[in-house]
Amino acid sequence: MSENVYIIGAGIHPFGRTEGRSGREQGVHAVREALKDAGLEWPDIECAYGGSAAGGSADIMVNELGLTSLPFTNVANGCATGGSALAASQQAIASGMYDLALAVGFDKHPRGAFNAKPSDYGLPEWYGQTGMMLTTQFFALKIQRYMQLHGITRTTLGRVAEKAFRNGTITPHAWRRSPVDLETIMNAPMINDPLTKYMFCSPSEGAVALVLASEKKLRELGADGVKIRSIAVKTRPPNSFEVFQPGISIEEGGKPTVLASQAAFEKAGIGPEDISVAQLQDTESGAEIMHMAENGFCADGEQEEWLANGWTEINGGRLPVNTDGGCLACGEPVGASGLRQVYENVQQLRQRGGERQVPERNGRGPRFGYSHVYGAPGLSAVAILERE
Amino acid sequence: MGEKIDPNLWSDDAEPHLMGGRLPSGQIVFPMPVGDAAEGVVPCRLSRRGRLWSWTSQGFLPKEPYEGPGSGPGANGDGEPHDFVPYLLGYVELPGEVIVESRIVDARLEDLHLGMELEFCIVPFNARYDTFAFRPVAAPESKAA
Repeated sequence: MSENVYIIGAGIHPFGRTEGRSGREQGVHAVREALKDAGLEWPDIECAYGGSAAGGSADIMVNELGLTSLPFTNVANGCATGGSALAASQQAIASGMYDLALAVGFDKHPRGAFNAKPSDYGLPEWYGQTGMMLTTQFFALKIQRYMQLHGITRTTLGRVAEKAFRNGTITPHAWRRSPVDLETIMNAPMINDPLTKYMFCSPSEGAVALVLASEKKLRELGADGVKIRSIAVKTRPPNSFEVFQPGISIEEGGKPTVLASQAAFEKAGIGPEDISVAQLQDTESGAEIMHMAENGFCADGEQEEWLANGWTEINGGRLPVNTDGGCLACGEPVGASGLRQVYENVQQLRQRGGERQVPERNGRGPRFGYSHVYGAPGLSAVAILERE
Repeated sequence: MGEKIDPNLWSDDAEPHLMGGRLPSGQIVFPMPVGDAAEGVVPCRLSRRGRLWSWTSQGFLPKEPYEGPGSGPGANGDGEPHDFVPYLLGYVELPGEVIVESRIVDARLEDLHLGMELEFCIVPFNARYDTFAFRPVAAPESKAA
């Protein structure tokens, strides 16, 4: 990496349901917020990367933002669309070609669980026809086995959701703003055993935009920037267990999240113990639990103790996880979700978290923020940000 | 007996077997690949017995392309679809071969546990098709053909 890259502007359109406003319009809103935050105008942006899964092409946003002739690349990487847009814009600046870049993600999904076409994933039609090609089933199947092998209880699944909704109550951009108690979560209708209705996130709407700058530009503008310490995007290794797999190898393979996490830590030159705040993909309660271990923050099975002791709470003392309520409280607009995590870390590191701000330790605010996104067909993106 | 939901998914023996593929490396995959991906892959009959690797229930009506009971016109409109029946599914480890995703029949959710022995069977799926499933070995012969 030749040049240091900073995030100097972060904008969000509240997640949830916004009737009468398209996904792309929410994207434009987020871009304008990010520009305002950075103290810039749209013509200042030199290149852009963006995408959505169901909200249309990102590059059409120039109709509203201005026809400045900038190169605008559409990104389509499933749940990692935001992460890939961020990685591409970071590389554009790190290469020395540009000084100001934009990463944007937005979406607007119909209600209900995502449905996928087998042929889009190179799978036979019977797999979809017989009702086995559902993302929710994969997450349930993965956590079910994990619970058996590592002694995770259903109560711990409930505690993850309870924390998410509690954090959502103090997050202006969250969709779910009301607390839900543990008993209600545990007794809610079962969607895919062991996961109840409140343990799953829902497809939703929303948008996030980030303005990235070179170190030279950051200094020139005197901007309030957060450094991108490292980014790693990894697709699945051989014999891994991923979403949409009619067959799995009997040999246990690696995990894309483990690979992305290790690569990001290695590039950053720090370890999990250095992280002050983490946003981990929590499409459902079990995912947050497994991703705590896959990202190196605890050993398999230790989550039981972590959740019981509240160590992932904002004021929990160890590692606040999903401080804005994560996917569980914000919903998942696929194209925007990964960038929301980065947005949240930018706010936390700049100490603009308001009621949900991670407290100072030893006289200083959080220094390293960690974000992790996972998606079909088995890819992970990790970004580590630093408040210098 | 209905039509097979996919003509190549299981063998037509008296005791049918799920069909997998053996890669040149010796690794066995499921399902048997098609098209260019099938080159060099030898179809092979998979074991009829295996052990439960993980499981879950399906508590809501899946959207299309699901074609089981409860699907079809009006299914996603207002009102509950009246003929959707929640079902069980899981992964079954076929020893030394591959772990396959399958419906699980003739079992209750609370009976399922890691490592339990299951056997292959063919079950009616909808008005037109049969599909494959696994069921507990001890289960009595019932609706499974």
